[in-house]
Amino acid sequence: MNKLQIILSGILKNNPTFVLVLGMCPTLGTTTSAANGMGMGLATMAVLIMSNLVISLVKNIIPDKVRIPAFIVIIASFVTIIQMLMQAFVPALYASLGVFIPLIVVNCIILGRAEAFASKNGAFDSILDGIGIGLGFTASLTVIGAVREILGSGAIFGVSLGSADYMPLVFVLAPGGFLTLGYLMVLFNKLAKK
Amino acid sequence: MEISYFAIIIGAIFVNNVVLAQFLGICPFLGVSSKVETSLGMGAAVTFVMALTALVCWPLQTYVLNPLNIGYMQTIVFILVIAALVQMVEIILKKTSPALYQALGIFLPLITTNCAVLGVAILMIQKEFSLLQSVTYSVATALGFALALVLFAGIRERLEFEDVPAAFKGVPIALVTAGILSMAFMGFSGLV
Repeated sequence: MNKLQIILSGILKNNPTFVLVLGMCPTLGTTTSAANGMGMGLATMAVLIMSNLVISLVKNIIPDKVRIPAFIVIIASFVTIIQMLMQAFVPALYASLGVFIPLIVVNCIILGRAEAFASKNGAFDSILDGIGIGLGFTASLTVIGAVREILGSGAIFGVSLGSADYMPLVFVLAPGGFLTLGYLMVLFNKLAKK
Repeated sequence: MEISYFAIIIGAIFVNNVVLAQFLGICPFLGVSSKVETSLGMGAAVTFVMALTALVCWPLQTYVLNPLNIGYMQTIVFILVIAALVQMVEIILKKTSPALYQALGIFLPLITTNCAVLGVAILMIQKEFSLLQSVTYSVATALGFALALVLFAGIRERLEFEDVPAAFKGVPIALVTAGILSMAFMGFSGLV
């Protein structure tokens, strides 16, 4: 597989949200606005790239039996680092993402890529895979966040598009998350079939 | 913090339902909820593990992490505790109660990556609950999880016989259904 293909496959063919349907909790929980979705996507991408790199480097040292616990510790370490960096540099985003930042540890995308890609491929390819899947995840979350923000609060990236008085607030609440993702997935299925 | 146990229980089961309002534990919610029976099994396994997690994580945070000033190790410590607990429960059940192991067996390994378990452990520390409040909160949250799972399974069992448009088949229709269920649960908001 050539290098560009690894990145592109993560964005479209193996899109973590719409095709693999992984990492649903942060996808629904943090996409109340485009900026929040994008922030969550980028944080996850950072952890994914670092954990993919480290796991692909140490894959031959770790005995097969304890590989899952070892992967989890590696991932948890990077999540803790990201958590501290976000708390220091983007406190507002850190506050609005809340419990979902430590929960990046149990995001199935990261452990899934560690198991399916990084533990079988070299360091450089694993970084590319992390970038591709990370971009796919970030793009999906930003789109979902943007749709919810436009419909629910009549704004995008915090910029108002006019009066929000007649917008259905439900889209930034919990049910809107399920509905938006459901209908976007239908749209993705329709377009993918063509 | 002065909160009555009743408020914690009602709040965790209905008002802030872990799946439908807080978006935790969506993976098993979408994955294992096609039959009512398996949903009950999953609900029971999660309740068991969550109660144990609260019993272990709360003392760890209060008597080890806080005095040593290493609160930032919370994520790593908690996920290891949960993974170890799940393994231990699996081994003990296998030896002592093969019947229960048979019933819960396949669900146990899935629980490690259930973000509701880690989520609740982190939230109970954030809310500054006492040990007893934490256990109450965890069990109530798990019951809320089980309730959502069973309700959803009931709907999906019926959905199987409906003529769903091709593009909606599978996950999309499940998400739309969950959205409507979540709207119904919004009726509880403001109760506590």
